[in-house]
Amino acid sequence: MKTMNFLVTGVGGQGALLASGILADVGVKAGYDVKKSEVHGMAQRGGSVTSTVRWGEKVYSPLIGQGEADYLLALEKLEALRYVGMLRPGGIAVVGDLGIPPLSVSSGNDVYPGDEEVRRVLSEVTDDYHFIPSIRLAEELGNARAHNVVLLGALSTFIEDVPPEVWLQSIAERVPKKFVELNKRAFQAGREARSSR
Amino acid sequence: MKVLLSGNEAVARGAYESGVRVAAAYPGTPSTEILETLAQYDEVYSEWAPNEKVALDVAIGAAYAGSRSMAVMKHVGLNVAADAFFYASMTGLEAGLVVVSADDPFMHSSQNEQDNRRYAKFARVPCLEPSDSQEAKDLVGVALDISEQFDSPVLLRLTTRISHSDTLVELGERQVEEPTELPEYRIDRVKYVMVPGNARRRHPVIEERIEKLKEFAETFPYNKVEMGDTSLGIVTDGVAYQYAREVFPEASFLKLGMTYPLPPEMIRDFASKVDRLIVIEELDPFIEEEIRLMGIAVEGKNIFPMIGEFNPQIVRQSAIKAGLLPPSAAMEVKQPELETPLPLRPPILCPGCPHRGVFLMTKKLKMVVNGDIGCYTLAFLPPLSALHTCGCMGASIGQAHGVSKAGIAQKHAAVIGDSTFFHTGLPALLNVAYNKSDTVVIILDNRTTAMTGHQQHPGTGMTLKGEPTKAVEFEDVARAFGIDRVHTVDPYNLKEVEGALRDCLEAEGPAVIVSRRECALLPQARKLWMSLRVNEERCNGCGLCFEVGCPAIVKSEQLDAKTGRAKARIDPLLCTGCEICAQVCARKAILFREEMIKEGESA
Ligand SMILES: Cc1ncc(C[n+]2csc(CCOP(=O)(O)OP(=O)(O)O)c2C)c(N)n1
Ligand code: SF4
Ligand code: SF4
Repeated sequence: MKTMNFLVTGVGGQGALLASGILADVGVKAGYDVKKSEVHGMAQRGGSVTSTVRWGEKVYSPLIGQGEADYLLALEKLEALRYVGMLRPGGIAVVGDLGIPPLSVSSGNDVYPGDEEVRRVLSEVTDDYHFIPSIRLAEELGNARAHNVVLLGALSTFIEDVPPEVWLQSIAERVPKKFVELNKRAFQAGREARSSR
Repeated sequence: MKVLLSGNEAVARGAYESGVRVAAAYPGTPSTEILETLAQYDEVYSEWAPNEKVALDVAIGAAYAGSRSMAVMKHVGLNVAADAFFYASMTGLEAGLVVVSADDPFMHSSQNEQDNRRYAKFARVPCLEPSDSQEAKDLVGVALDISEQFDSPVLLRLTTRISHSDTLVELGERQVEEPTELPEYRIDRVKYVMVPGNARRRHPVIEERIEKLKEFAETFPYNKVEMGDTSLGIVTDGVAYQYAREVFPEASFLKLGMTYPLPPEMIRDFASKVDRLIVIEELDPFIEEEIRLMGIAVEGKNIFPMIGEFNPQIVRQSAIKAGLLPPSAAMEVKQPELETPLPLRPPILCPGCPHRGVFLMTKKLKMVVNGDIGCYTLAFLPPLSALHTCGCMGASIGQAHGVSKAGIAQKHAAVIGDSTFFHTGLPALLNVAYNKSDTVVIILDNRTTAMTGHQQHPGTGMTLKGEPTKAVEFEDVARAFGIDRVHTVDPYNLKEVEGALRDCLEAEGPAVIVSRRECALLPQARKLWMSLRVNEERCNGCGLCFEVGCPAIVKSEQLDAKTGRAKARIDPLLCTGCEICAQVCARKAILFREEMIKEGESA
């Protein structure tokens, strides 16, 4: 078993921690030793959030250093750029096609990087990056909040050893009951979005 | 069955399984989830105390009464509880007492990165350190056993990374028989009354205890030798062990589960078997200094940083720099070039935060503000820049009293959160009343301990277990202290805040302003959320509302024809409708709720 390192990033309140919780659980269900670590923000809304998940035969460190993530799962584009240096050169980045401008941008003091710049920066580390219209797909299913699970669906297509059923079971266990069906469909939508490219 | 638990959840589970009966804490990142998790077990009595000293006294009392107990706090909480920690070390206890301290290397959410292993040595108390959640759970029981065997409190030291990492844990059952009848309280005046005569008798006892614990540590199963290549021997503890194992897969290890006191023979033996001995530990050179005191040659902080948190990369690069690893051991890293630095996302007061109203007015009156710790500390940031000191919990009122006695040209006040007021603000307010200063104390009563994730406190009328209880009124407290000038204001009403401030600043003598409005994230507040809108015809882009510092107010693409400045726009997904910006706008360009509702009706 090769150790697999994931870095999940996003903005507070977006559901990055739910995504990393599911990711960790999927690893356990698939029989790996798993460690997950997260930087809890404070109570306020809108800070940057990161979480590391590691699967392996035996995992020691709960953290990884720069260049050690095999997968970057970013729920927001600016947060993808902020942490892309954590990705192993040539690693896989799954990025939600969504921009949330921080206060300094909306107040006009900073500029949010344009899509071309986002692509250029990502491609300096890897060509294997994938924008997923996660919000649009989740909205089509009736709830934009399921965008995190859309992204997990897309990510799951890169991890061939773990069948989709394992992911779906973990999702069913971790999201509130009344949203299980929605999230299962969100997961499928993410898988299809990736394979239709 | 193995389950993923955070270190904090594991500590709670460990307390449950090992028969803890009473647990008390004051919230503080990264320790807060321990009591929140423990509260789910009906077999354990658990509570939020107003501060860490009270929490520790409660746990000590329970242990004096013969029940296993636990007190939990973040690292700086042990400063507050230090007095209790020291006397408990002197007296010992009738049943196990574990004191959990969660340290915060890198200060993810703290004002300093003190290393609380120093407290263990300072108070002659053994210190245990887990390196993952399994150990976090197991070491609670081990700590209680040691506590009972050696008649001493035991410090269980966590760090943020242990507290907030999930690793696999094997669950067990609760190992305790519930008593059928109440135990007799055992009275032992010589042991428990720390008057000088008795204390002089106890001091040799606790020095001897540490000597015995040293012997115990020699065979303590959580002090583990893992021999590998003997050219390098690594002594390590806590999460640093995990990083070290990853970076030096071949080396020999002495992993310490007890970092105070250390086992001298075990260390001497390990040192003699390796060519080069190094210590890998976060923060202070605590283990390193202890080993050096044994007369053993050792390296540590000459190689690895003393500041901040470790990760495998930091350990690896420090090792490469010191020649412990070849340069080829470095990871391939691509740090992409950026056209401009990425905009940051610092924490910031939420849209609709009630604290904002108070700081806008202290700023308007050009007041110096001695601040405190909580969400409201963020008012120090521009554009508000309205809070001017933050040292430790409860400091604001004492500082403001000192400022008042020293005398300054500007108007000034102390600003303190409701939870912080109960924590350590109470005696300071008493001092203001007693020693008659002109201090104005503003209590930000947002009905919760918001910063740490919304915990109950004595003003909320709810306990940790969610039971209703008496809610303390700040106004009553102030009057009981002898402060007659007491105002209650709604921070969403800027005129009201300003009026109260002016009244208090003009008058002589102490004054209290209670600013009452619940945190915008509480469920009852969320129910009232609605978004306001900017009337773009009325807005001329003057920018006054941007000074409110609300994340929901953004610069619109529309420019004012005359001034060429960007007009304001309100993000409907973020705005809660607090109307603070609407009151600031001189051109009435931001529609109040009532206007919004009318508009909705006519549309
Ligand atoms: C001694 C100590 N204990 C705990 C903490 C953690 N802590 C920081 S702010 C805070 C509570 C703030 O609550 P409150 O005063 O009500 O302000 P709010 O965040 O609600 O605005 C706590 C518990 C600390 N910094 N120091
Ligand atoms: S969590 Fe509550 S108190 Fe804290 S900044 Fe947000 S609204 Fe204000
Ligand atoms: S009313 Fe104004 S200050 Fe209040 S949340 Fe909305 S935009 Fe922010």
